[in-house]
Amino acid sequence: MLKVKNIETSYGFVNAIRGVSLDLEEGDIKTVLGANGAGKTTILKTIMGLLEDQPEKGTIEFMGKRIDRMDTEDIVRLGISYVPEGREIFPELTVFENLKMGSYTRRDKDGIRKDYKRVSEYFPVLEERKNQQAGTLSGGEQQMLAIGRALMARPKLLLLDEPSLGLSPALVKDIFEIIKAINREGITILLVEQNARMALNIGNYGYVLENGRIVLSDETRVLLENDDVKEFYLGIKLEESVKGYQRYKRKKRWR
Amino acid sequence: MLTQLSQIIVSGLAIGSCYALIALAMVIIYKTSEVLNFAQGEMAMVSTFFAYSLLSTYNIPFIIAFPLALVFSLLLGMLVEFAFLRPAKNPTVLGLIVITLGAEMVLYGFAGWKWGAETKSFPSPILDTRVYNLKGIVISQLNLWIFAVCISLMLILFLFFRYSKLGVAMKATAQNQMAARLMGIRSKRILSLTWGLSSLIGAVAGVLIAPITLLDPNMMIDPLLKAFASAVLGGMTSLPGAALGGGILGVVENLFGWYVSTEFKSVVAFAIIVIVLCIRPSGLLARHYVKKV
Ligand SMILES: Nc1ncnc2c1ncn2[C@@H]1O[C@H](COP(=O)(O)OP(=O)(O)O)[C@@H](O)[C@H]1O
Ligand SMILES: [Mg+2]
Repeated sequence: MLKVKNIETSYGFVNAIRGVSLDLEEGDIKTVLGANGAGKTTILKTIMGLLEDQPEKGTIEFMGKRIDRMDTEDIVRLGISYVPEGREIFPELTVFENLKMGSYTRRDKDGIRKDYKRVSEYFPVLEERKNQQAGTLSGGEQQMLAIGRALMARPKLLLLDEPSLGLSPALVKDIFEIIKAINREGITILLVEQNARMALNIGNYGYVLENGRIVLSDETRVLLENDDVKEFYLGIKLEESVKGYQRYKRKKRWR
Repeated sequence: MLTQLSQIIVSGLAIGSCYALIALAMVIIYKTSEVLNFAQGEMAMVSTFFAYSLLSTYNIPFIIAFPLALVFSLLLGMLVEFAFLRPAKNPTVLGLIVITLGAEMVLYGFAGWKWGAETKSFPSPILDTRVYNLKGIVISQLNLWIFAVCISLMLILFLFFRYSKLGVAMKATAQNQMAARLMGIRSKRILSLTWGLSSLIGAVAGVLIAPITLLDPNMMIDPLLKAFASAVLGGMTSLPGAALGGGILGVVENLFGWYVSTEFKSVVAFAIIVIVLCIRPSGLLARHYVKKV
């Protein structure tokens, strides 16, 4: 469904992404793990066409169609929705108006009404606060709004950029449950996260990103057993005695 | 005495309504493009001249000439955005101001070249000299029309931004352009339409004010400054604020001009603004949402 092949993206002279490939089939939840600054957001922005004249190299294909260097507005119309890092809601529009903007490209009134109902079921608080200015919502509510707004476009593919950022553990759990439910409805998901534990638990496949390169990729159940992932992303301590040497070796191998 | 006072207030409100319209036009652009559009007055002036040409050179009746002038102003606004603002990539605030000043000078020069610098009277069928007597208050036909048009236009704008998909999309683009694009909103087109709409509102004000100010390339300089002041008074980002600011400014200015001094009429308006802004730095109706994390 989505085929990212060897893309390279740079900001001026800084190469942020250096040859990344991703491959998503319909129904997947794949996840990209990486520390702060690894380039996760840059990958998603490149896919969405938000970075002008990027990717510098490589191709992006969605449902058999080249989308690299297409306008964001047209990419959205093909059925990709992006929930950006930091939510990026419209602060002075009401919750309802925010959701309405989510369905901006659609003409099917009945379908929109149905999706609005569905979003209200996922996030009842949005329905309760539909006339409130979105900027006055709490962080968690804003995240729900951002996801709900993306769903209002009825996307085929949903890109999620660190939905857990700044939320309480309980809330993170709820949001991840909902992401799973969204996927069960047939929406393919690419989830970018620093919260490796949550991401590996809901994804079926994971990529580990370091300094703009994918250093490891496998089924999530394999990654969960991987010593490097355990130590560096899940914070599980390995045997004390060999640790120092092992870390040195691993770090080196990953570069 | 009381009738005289109401009289002054009424005519103050009339001119204030015109300030309010231009202020609205500026606020709409400020919100979407984050630029103070100093070409706003000249855009309105050129559109008014266009109406003048239709009326006096081609003898087209007002009822047809006016809508044509509105269409012209819409296209003019879109053209200014396309020709002056779009080419600038990531300009600074100062850069944007210089760009709109450039547009202003081009339009000013164009008007002088096309229509000449001498003052003309605007052949409007609505007269400032035809007056009605409403319970002792004399109100001119022109002022009545100004009220009617301004109130309807503000109402239409309110409904447009509140309920229409396009209006909400304009607000969305103003608040977060990247997010708007992610909704599939073609932000460039929206920006262009915003400039068109703003220019159209200014043109309405221009045609309404022309019988009073008469027609020459300088006709909008004073109204533009007053409109800018009204917009600042109202908080620069609030449409009702701009309308309120215009009304207050028109009335105060007229009262002062009548009872104290005509020469300092304009100055007092600005004094008021300074005072208001000292007390409420963000303007009368600037809305601020509290951002929670
Ligand atoms: N607008 C920008 N200009 C220059 N460098 C940037 C910009 N945005 C991100 N970067 C750099 O690109 C790299 C990847 O950033 P990002 O994709 O935001 O990482 P992540 O989302 O994984 O935290 C970082 O080194 C960051 O400093
Ligand atoms: Mg990021």
